[in-house]
Amino acid sequence: MSEQYPSLEGPQCPMPLSHDEQIVIGHGSGGVKTHELIKNVFQKHLGNAILNLGNDAALLQFGPEIPDGKNLVVSTDAHIVSPLFFNGGDIGRLSICGTVNDVSMLGAIPKFLTATFILEEGFSINSLEKILLSMKTAADEADVKIVAADTKVTEKGKSDGLFISTSGIGWVDSDLTINGASAKVGDAVLLSGPIGNHGIAVAEARGNLGFQSQIRSDVAPLNGMIAELIKAVPETHVLRDPTRGGLATTLVEIAKQSQVTIKIVEELIPIDQDVRSACDLLGLDPLYMANEGKLIAIVPAEDAPDALKALHAHKYGREAVQIGVVVEESSGQLLFKTPLGTTRRLDMLAGEMLPRIC
Amino acid sequence: MSKTSINPESIRHTKTIIQEIRRITTKPWNIMEICGGQTHAIMEYGLDQLLPEEITLIHGPGCPVCVTSLEIIEQALQIASLSNVIFTSFGDMLRVPGNKQDLFSIRAQGGDVRVVYSPMDSVKIAQQNQDKQVVFFGVGFETTVPSIAASILHAEKNGVRNFSVLPANVLVPPAMHAILQSPGNRVNAFLAAGHVCAIMGYQEYEPIAARYQTPIVVSGFDPFDLALGILMCVRQLESGHAKVENGYPRYVTRKGNKAAQAMIEKVFEVVDRQWRGIGLIPSSGLGMRPEYKGFDATERFDIEFHELSESPLCIAGSVLRGVAKPIDCPAFGKVCTPSHPLGAPMVSGEGACAAYYRYHKVN
Amino acid sequence: MCLGIPGKVIEIYDVDGTLMSKVDFNGVVQEVCLATTPEAEIGQFVLVHAGFSLNVLSDQEATETLKILKELEAFNKEYFGEDASLS
Repeated sequence: MSEQYPSLEGPQCPMPLSHDEQIVIGHGSGGVKTHELIKNVFQKHLGNAILNLGNDAALLQFGPEIPDGKNLVVSTDAHIVSPLFFNGGDIGRLSICGTVNDVSMLGAIPKFLTATFILEEGFSINSLEKILLSMKTAADEADVKIVAADTKVTEKGKSDGLFISTSGIGWVDSDLTINGASAKVGDAVLLSGPIGNHGIAVAEARGNLGFQSQIRSDVAPLNGMIAELIKAVPETHVLRDPTRGGLATTLVEIAKQSQVTIKIVEELIPIDQDVRSACDLLGLDPLYMANEGKLIAIVPAEDAPDALKALHAHKYGREAVQIGVVVEESSGQLLFKTPLGTTRRLDMLAGEMLPRIC
Repeated sequence: MSKTSINPESIRHTKTIIQEIRRITTKPWNIMEICGGQTHAIMEYGLDQLLPEEITLIHGPGCPVCVTSLEIIEQALQIASLSNVIFTSFGDMLRVPGNKQDLFSIRAQGGDVRVVYSPMDSVKIAQQNQDKQVVFFGVGFETTVPSIAASILHAEKNGVRNFSVLPANVLVPPAMHAILQSPGNRVNAFLAAGHVCAIMGYQEYEPIAARYQTPIVVSGFDPFDLALGILMCVRQLESGHAKVENGYPRYVTRKGNKAAQAMIEKVFEVVDRQWRGIGLIPSSGLGMRPEYKGFDATERFDIEFHELSESPLCIAGSVLRGVAKPIDCPAFGKVCTPSHPLGAPMVSGEGACAAYYRYHKVN
Repeated sequence: MCLGIPGKVIEIYDVDGTLMSKVDFNGVVQEVCLATTPEAEIGQFVLVHAGFSLNVLSDQEATETLKILKELEAFNKEYFGEDASLS
């Protein structure tokens, strides 16, 4: 009589569950689980020669990593966007592009990034992997590496799923003076494309607006386009991306830094029709909506045609256009010419932009 | 692709109308618009800069956010603080200051305060949160009333018992009476609010025009509509007429939207109401009919109704009545700014003070 | 109380006994309650505010306001010449 014996395959004693699907507090303890998370999830997607050395810090040498004779540029950013995923992007892409762009706005070439991840207990590792993949894609496009990273885990309810903080290092030629205080009277004010898309895409992803659209966030790494722009117009005075607070707030900041009056014309500002409708429906003003893949460039008037040509040649600048001029010296203000030909002043966003019903 | 907010043809038409206004104006006239949206549009496009000097635009109490009484705001804050309540409201109410706090502060202290874009959203939230009480802050002129009424009827039909409304709606015609009757009144003509009239029609303005011999023209919201409304007012004023005219025929008829009015009639009745900065205006608000008191948040929650007082510096009342401009206020732009408002007209996007602060002329 | 936007009705249906619709605003589609304008038909434009339809767009405008405009334009052309624009 044949007897059926158990096949004796697989573990025979109750081993602890491997918790592959969700973040648990143990992932933040610094022990085995942390190392497994770093190796199997973070390094799997973001790994490179420097990061994989596994030291406490990254060594960047002048010569091999950083060219001699340049100025260093550093920037840092925190990302708490909610929801984490939206049409056109996610928090991962945002965290890479945000810092890459900030560094580039000084005319610098970004090269090395650090990233900190604050995870909430219970967060889906599948979602984490999606986000890391998104970061890798953005980092590859921008040609940057994440050379140092850290991760911590909070108890459930103490954070909002995932927060990411990134810092970026780049270098810039010492004779370039691209910054917010460099705008000069007579300069042309250029905008690389339509505004408002990111703000609406994120608002829509929250799911309580009661409408659907095809509007996508414009989040993108702009360093490639900026390099082309500076090559064509080394005399570029100001570069800035109109993120939080939108186009209007950013221009007011620049006007105050440079101590000038900037005047822009409503008819020249590109806004996609569906973004305009969405803003109308919500009672929001597109001039104050965040953009994550656009830039403002202020260049000498005679260089405007070359600047626009360089922007148009790049996929992120096809709709670049001149929207105004720097009119005169002053304590810093932004003027806006309406379609009726009248002029009014625009201020920074005061507090949170609330949707209006009137 | 991208286009501007107004098409070039409309701009051309607007300029033609303004040219005509300049041609026919011979005397000084004060024209009041009673709608925050119109104030906003006038300032946004700088329309007032193009009009002849003789014409002064006065911004009336057209911002329901601004005129909601301090007492009702305090009631809202009390209800929002309750732990089993989800308090829902249009966004612009969140920053209106009560005695010491606003809805934002209640949210920061842990209250569940949510912005909604429609009262129907609140009913949905109630259906999804059966263990909570969901309250909708019923602010607005006649324009939002049918929506609120329809939402209540929908909730009733579907047995949504945990939904209620804090009634705070106000009516335009009594405000016009109050303004025209007040001793300092300088208003010669009114632009009536186009969307209020889309609902209510304009026949209720005819007795007002007749009694006070004041022209009233129903107007829309884009620069062309507003310019047209102003032209129609000036034509009447210059020729000594005083009637109600319709400058927004694409959405407004004399009798208005009957279906919407029927809904309002079913759920609401006229009550006296306090207007912040102005005082009590008789028969100027809407409260729930007895058969709908079950949906009235003031009946459902045990809250107190206090006498409260405003900042002594804030001259909102005079601004709302149109007897003072925001720039006449000693606190304007100094102690009172959009980030630190003393009074309601600085808080709301359409309040006259906020509009002045954001859009004031360049010279 | 005024922020009303015109949009085109593209679908009409019932939700729990209340008349609802999908309205298209240049590519943004919103769910709008039609209980306040039960006569609205697919293809018509409605004025929408806070998720409700206030009224249906009427053709009246074409006749009344354009009439005023035509009179004015004819007048201006006669007195001020072809290109009478404001500064």
